[in-house]
Amino acid sequence: MASVVLSEAEKVYIVHGIQEDLRVDGRGCEDYRCIEVETDVVSNTSGSARVKLGHTDILVGVKAEMGTPKLENPNEGYLEFFVDCSANATPEFEGRGGEELATEIVNTLYRIFSNESTIDVKSLCINPREHCWVLYVDVLLLECGGNLFDAISIAVKAALFNTRIPKVRVLEDEEGSKEIELSDDPYDCIRLNVENVPCIITLSKIGCRHVVDATLQEEACSLASLLLSVTSRGTLTCMKKLGNGSLDPESIFEMMETGKRVGKMLHTSLQKILDKEESLGTTRQKVGFLG
Amino acid sequence: MAGLELLSDEGYRVDGRRAGELRKVRARMGVFAQADGSAYIEQGNTKALAVVYGPHEMRGSRSKALHDRALVNCQYSMATFSTGERKRRPHGDRKSSEMTLHLKQTFEAAILTQLYPRSQIDIYVQILQADGGNYCACVNAATLATIDAGIPMRDYVCASSAGFIEDTPLADLNYVEEAAGGPQVALALLPKSDQIALLEMNSRLHEDHLEQVIEAASKACKDVYAVLDQVVRDHVHEVTTLLGE
Repeated sequence: MASVVLSEAEKVYIVHGIQEDLRVDGRGCEDYRCIEVETDVVSNTSGSARVKLGHTDILVGVKAEMGTPKLENPNEGYLEFFVDCSANATPEFEGRGGEELATEIVNTLYRIFSNESTIDVKSLCINPREHCWVLYVDVLLLECGGNLFDAISIAVKAALFNTRIPKVRVLEDEEGSKEIELSDDPYDCIRLNVENVPCIITLSKIGCRHVVDATLQEEACSLASLLLSVTSRGTLTCMKKLGNGSLDPESIFEMMETGKRVGKMLHTSLQKILDKEESLGTTRQKVGFLG
Repeated sequence: MAGLELLSDEGYRVDGRRAGELRKVRARMGVFAQADGSAYIEQGNTKALAVVYGPHEMRGSRSKALHDRALVNCQYSMATFSTGERKRRPHGDRKSSEMTLHLKQTFEAAILTQLYPRSQIDIYVQILQADGGNYCACVNAATLATIDAGIPMRDYVCASSAGFIEDTPLADLNYVEEAAGGPQVALALLPKSDQIALLEMNSRLHEDHLEQVIEAASKACKDVYAVLDQVVRDHVHEVTTLLGE
């Protein structure tokens, strides 16, 4: 992970500030930094999103391709995740340096999405046992400014919301062989329901309090963090402890309560922005990296 | 593709441009705050992002340090969703390694490496959307990023591709024109002194036509230079205004 070197005095300053509910940039312990979300940034994809959370910059592209369903689930399509920690974020990620972090992120994403209520994979099936839609979700880490998991989960949710899968019809002829016909109209497509897609909230324990959305400097001071996956209704679907330090059970329960509260607020704001973008339709001015 | 004319009788190309016309170039410097220098460029539908770190101490093996100049280290990578067909590996395959070496060669010619002995300059380029002219967009983005990082260069490095169809040289090829299989020339130029930093040609071209094609590519590079220069001046103006000077 990209890291900063902090002196002891700086660490003490951060820890003491957090005890008074005042962080270095003036936020409270439960406040997020300013989040910018934009969808449909890359045109070669079925759906894409870019999320900028402080100095963390994530770009997610979703490509829908036709494939064969997995043997265990012949009536469902599936999602494949891939994370690329690009060298843009830090020179340590050059070549194969970013693979460790990438593997960790991919495994977390698989765990969250393996829950059957997250995405309706049955709608991705075209012909049971023969054809289904495979969604390749590719995450590109452009800049690392702390709190990667949260930003990635927001970007994945926004990209899935933006994904447009073309409608197909299955034609069966006399011999029984099936042909798949793609609709001629490029705007004729199915959208995914992302209501149940959870967002990851990372809570870092600094001193005796916990903070949401830690910056790189705060992450360097924290002993341990708890990663929670929260849905829009406040249900917890996944939990993981990260870091070298240890947490005692009471703080875990406190962090869970904070996580659920913060998670619900995050979901409502994100949904509002996505709906607003959607309502602007084609008149929306695409900014991308130029703005 | 049967019946797809790359150059119509009236002189229009597939996307409506004329033979010597470039695609729309839009660029921005200083995209990322944490890197020493960064830039983003859009040439038509091709989008490239470049980030520069350095000059800094050698990372990794000290033995590779050059006693009299800086080492330029590049990496070219394409996002997996950048091409029409999903790419399985962002970097490490042969094409990316070749592009990496080309970038290294190009920038070693332009950067004043003698000023920083025993140090390293990292240039990382990422293609977000590939629609032809990938190498050229990378070079242009990396030039802007190097300028943003404040690393001294001999001159801007501007790159453009050119092709040859029906006795007419075409400038700035897009993906459809590249995939058609005709001759293509990629040229990286130092505009003020007209020095060529990199020249690469694919397919078959009669040597009588070579000069025409290189001429077309040089002119396209100079046009790109005009745009990039304007972008740099606007950026410097903006930054100095914000600093209150």
